[in-house]
This record gives sequence, structure tokens and C-alpha cells, in this order.
Amino acid sequence: MTPRDYWKANLKLLTILLIIWFVISFGFGIILSDFLDQFSLGGFKLGFWFAQQGSIYGFVLLIFAYVIGMSRIEKKVQENNKDT
Amino acid sequence: MSSQLLTYLFVGLTFSVYIGIALWSRASSTNEFYVAGKGVNPVANGMATAADWMSASSFISMAGIISFLGKDGSVYLMGWTGGYVLLALLLAPYLRKFGQYTVPDFFGTRYYSKTARLVAVLCLIFISFTYVAGQMRGVGIVFSRFLEVEIHVGVIIGMVVVFFYAVLGGMKGITYTQVAQYCVMIFAYLVPAIFISILITGNPIPQLGFGDTLVNSSTYLLDKLDQISIDLGFSAYTENSKSNIDIFCITAALMFGTGGLPHVIVRFFTVPKVSDARKSAGYALVFIALLYTTAPAVAAFSRVNFIESIQEKSYFDSPDWFKNWESIGLIAWKDKNDDGLINYSVGEAFEGGRPIFSGTNGPQGEREINNSITKDNQNEVYIDRDIIVLANPEIAKLPAWVMALVAAGGLAAALSTAAGLLLVISSSISHDLLKKTFMPKINERQELFYARCSAAFAILIAGLFGIYPPGFVAQVVAFAFGLAASTIFPALLLGIFFKRVTKEGAIAGMLSGLFFTTSYIIYFKFLFKDLNTNANWLFGISPEGIGFIGMLINLIIALLVTYLTPKPPIEVDQMVDKIRLP
Repeated sequence: MTPRDYWKANLKLLTILLIIWFVISFGFGIILSDFLDQFSLGGFKLGFWFAQQGSIYGFVLLIFAYVIGMSRIEKKVQENNKDT
Repeated sequence: MSSQLLTYLFVGLTFSVYIGIALWSRASSTNEFYVAGKGVNPVANGMATAADWMSASSFISMAGIISFLGKDGSVYLMGWTGGYVLLALLLAPYLRKFGQYTVPDFFGTRYYSKTARLVAVLCLIFISFTYVAGQMRGVGIVFSRFLEVEIHVGVIIGMVVVFFYAVLGGMKGITYTQVAQYCVMIFAYLVPAIFISILITGNPIPQLGFGDTLVNSSTYLLDKLDQISIDLGFSAYTENSKSNIDIFCITAALMFGTGGLPHVIVRFFTVPKVSDARKSAGYALVFIALLYTTAPAVAAFSRVNFIESIQEKSYFDSPDWFKNWESIGLIAWKDKNDDGLINYSVGEAFEGGRPIFSGTNGPQGEREINNSITKDNQNEVYIDRDIIVLANPEIAKLPAWVMALVAAGGLAAALSTAAGLLLVISSSISHDLLKKTFMPKINERQELFYARCSAAFAILIAGLFGIYPPGFVAQVVAFAFGLAASTIFPALLLGIFFKRVTKEGAIAGMLSGLFFTTSYIIYFKFLFKDLNTNANWLFGISPEGIGFIGMLINLIIALLVTYLTPKPPIEVDQMVDKIRLP
């Protein structure tokens, strides 16, 4: 894996995670929030839950997904370097 | 033991821990002073970042604001957490790899110019002082209510403590005190929240109790809250009253602003490796989320408690907390309809914002006010939103030690953030202005000496802000985030992800973002306060959210100017290549 491939793999992972980031906060928490409010999660309206709870849990998961994803990519880089 | 004695005990105990840590972790080099020797464990750094980030406004004010705004308050919850995703994915690892001491260092090197460094220093000092003023006010409020000392005595005690660990220990001292402060703060936040959750819903986890049914009833807490709110003339608690575009822009401005706040960014300079910077952002958000997912629950609980404990009671029968906070002027009641009962509903109870007390007492012993009465509503109660979290344990009748704990927690939140900001200010003076710009010949020992001096100087100024709070503190918070979002964040982002961006592009972008955002906020917040309504705003975006538009303008101008100016030198190209690799 060349530095160029490494950077490309990084950008791909970034893009996917940032799309999810946008959807759970700006999407479910704001734009679609009123629509989602017709469903409920226990005593929460769903849109309200995303705005005040769900999006925050999602953010935490996204960062750890990035940490894990990047350490996999970096492992690949190291293995390749050993081969050559 | 009386609650006052307990508070002295808790506050005294925590303060001696902070000073103890300061003495143990003295900094002996600029490397230790600016970035704690780059040897901080990522979990410890996560905790320190959380304490650095969660200020007096997160701890003391946020739940109170959400309590009054309902769903509109979500902008703070999402805005002040979502920025960490941007930090972890787009900035922290690369800036750590870059491996210098300050944020303006990156500007100076990546944009190969002293001007870029100076523009960054300017934005950074402005943002940091704005923020520090709010922290010192928080220290003053806690001291005056719980320890019944004059505000200036409280601020001076706070200054002395910060002086110890910031001036002696620099980043190293600040990091380990922040770890201790995080523990104090989160414990102080969760304990009353858990108690209240059990009292109201029977569920010990506030995040779940928030969506649970009330004790001995099959009604959900939030349904009941919607009902109460509508009955009193407010809009339903779980529905927005602001427009979607405004909510969108405020959330975005807060998120991108978070990504551009220098005192948070430098925390990621202190870990040993690039991968640690990513992990550390994750841990930081876990520690932050613990408080941020509890806050909306606290907001809902205290809304119900607050209304139920005062509505249609006589002042004479009103709870002690109502009279205690009235005595320091953060609550006021005027019996507008002469029925002898407290009537709380939508609208301002009287003209002029804050109550002006006449010094005399009314028929039931309440403090009389001189403000003229508003006639378009029936509301009789003035309440400062900042007191909700502090008063919560009293409102819910929790034991005295819980109140003492909350006081210590509020101080921990204010002091930890103040210290982080003061360090950013001092390092930008000693490192960026002196060493890198005006006095390049000074050696490391002299630089360290100047760093300590500028930290001491910054503490003095911050203290003055606390004792003589400028009336515009609340307004300038929008400023801090708007500026961070419209200047620092986009320039960092472009610097890392677009090699072609030139110094002219970045400087032009930053100045236009700065100019646009500043003039919009000054226009609506200072010059023409009467015009500050939805109908006059650009695209319906309030001054709080305009930083997001400022950021877009910055990006567009930066890219346009970039393609009109010659490519950056080859060294910059190589430097960017280097920071992109692990």
C-alpha cells in the first residue's frame, strides 16, 4: 500500500462516516425530526430522541468506528512495508 | 452539619487537591509548559479534554436553558458534541502529526507567512478572552450563593488557585488538575440527576427515566411536560418553535466552531502518537456525552419540579430555595393580579429584563421591584435560567451534601475551562508573538519565563472580567463560536485537505469570514437590538447561527483567491504530504 493508497482509503472512510454524521444529526435530529416524531421510542417521540439523545450516542460510535477503521488500514500499510 | 459548612469542606478539599497536583507537576521546559511533554495517556487526555471543554456554561447554564427552550435547546446538545466527530476525523490526527506547540504554529508553517500566524493569533485571543469572561462569572455566582462571600472575594480565590497550577505547571499542571476536575464535575452532575430521576420516574438512569412514566402513574414524563407547557401558554416541550433553517445553522455554527476552538485543539498536541489523538477524541466524547445525555433529562425533570413547586402557592408558603435565590436577585415575583398567589406562565413578567429591587418588601415579605409591569401577559415570575442546575437539589429537597457537591462541581467546571483558555492565551503571546515574531533571539529559559508572565497577566485580566463582568457576556458567546467557525476551522481544514490553497487564499478567506460574521453579530446584537427578529435576518438565520454562513463565505473566497495566486512552495507540499501519513 503506497502513501497515495493510504490517503485514498482514509478519505473513503472519512466520507462514509461524515455522511452518517450528517444524517443522524442534521437529518434525523433537525430536518426529518418532525416527521420522525410520529413514531415513538418508549416515552420519547423519535425525532425528539434523536435531537436530544440518539445523535450524541451516534457521534461516540462514529469516532470509535474511525479509530478501528484507521488502525486496520495502518496495519495493512505496515504488513505491505514488511513484504517489500 | 450545616449545608454551608459542608460546602466549605467540599470546596476546600477539592481546591487543596488541585494545588497539590500543581506542586507535583511543575513544568521545567517549554515542551512541558505548552504540550505537557507530549506524554499524556489518551484516556487521561480524554478526561482532561472533557473538563477543558465543559465549562461553567455546560455545567451550570445548559440544562437550565434547555429546560426553558424544550426541543429548541437541542442545538446545544448536538452542536457541542457533534464537533468532536469533525475534530477526530478532520483535524486532530494531522495537527498532532504536525507536532508543534500552538495552533498559530500550523498557520505560520502551512501558510508560509507571519501574517497568517498573526491573523490566527488575533482570532484566537479574542475567542479565548470572550470565553474566559463567562467562566469567571460562573465562579462568582457559585461563591456568592453557596459560600455567601462577596463575588470579588470568590473570584480572587479562584484566580489564586488557577495561578498555582497554570503558572507553575503550564499544560502539564493543567492536564492533571483537569483530570481531577472532570471526576469532581461528573460526580457532582450525576448524583443529583440520579436522585431526581428516581424521585420522579423511579428509574435510576436519568437517560432512561427521561422517557419513562411518572411514579404511580401511567403518563409519560414528556407527555405530562407537553401538557403543562401548553396549559401555561408555552409551546409543547417536545416541539420546535424556531425555524428549521435557523436550528440547522445554529447547530452547524456550534459544531464547526467546536472544531475551531484553540483550547480544545491543543489538547490533542499532548498525546504521544497520531493514533492516540484519534482515540483521545473518542474518549473525550464518551466523557462529555455522559454529561450531555444527562443534561436534557435534568432539564425536563427540573421543569416539572420547578413549575409544580411554585405554581399557585402564596409567597409565604413558597419553598426556601425560591426566597434564597430571590435574596440574591436571580428570582423575582410581582403579584400582578393581586390574588396573593404565584402565577407562572409565558412571557416576561415586567419590562427591562433584570429586576430592579426597590429595597422595600411587599405584603407577604417578597422583595418589591421598580420595573414597570408588562400588561400583555399574566406571568408574575422572573427567573434567571442559570440557577436551574444549582437550585435543582434544593427544589427536589435532596440532602445538604448534594448541594455542597454541586457547588464544588460548578467550580471545577469553571476553573478547568478557564485554565485551558489561559494557557492558549499565554502560549500565543510568549510563543507566537514573542519567540516566533518579535523576539526570535530569546532562548528556551527566557521563553518559559515569558510564558509564565503572560499566563499571570491573562489571569489578572480574566479576574477583572469576573469582578466587573461586562454586560455583554451572554451576547459574546455567539461571537466566540461564530468566529471559530468562520475563521480558524475552515483554514485548518483547507490547509490539511487542499494542498493548492495559498497563503493569500487562506488569509483572504479568514478575513472575509471574520468581517462578515463580526458585522452581522454587531449589527443585530449591539447596534440595532430592536431589529433582532426573524423578519429582519438574512434567510431567517439568527446571529447565533451566522457563523455557519461565515464559514461558507470563507471557503468560497479562499478557493477563489487560491486559483488567482501562484502555487504554494514545494516545501509546503511536502509538509502536507508528511502530516497526512500516520
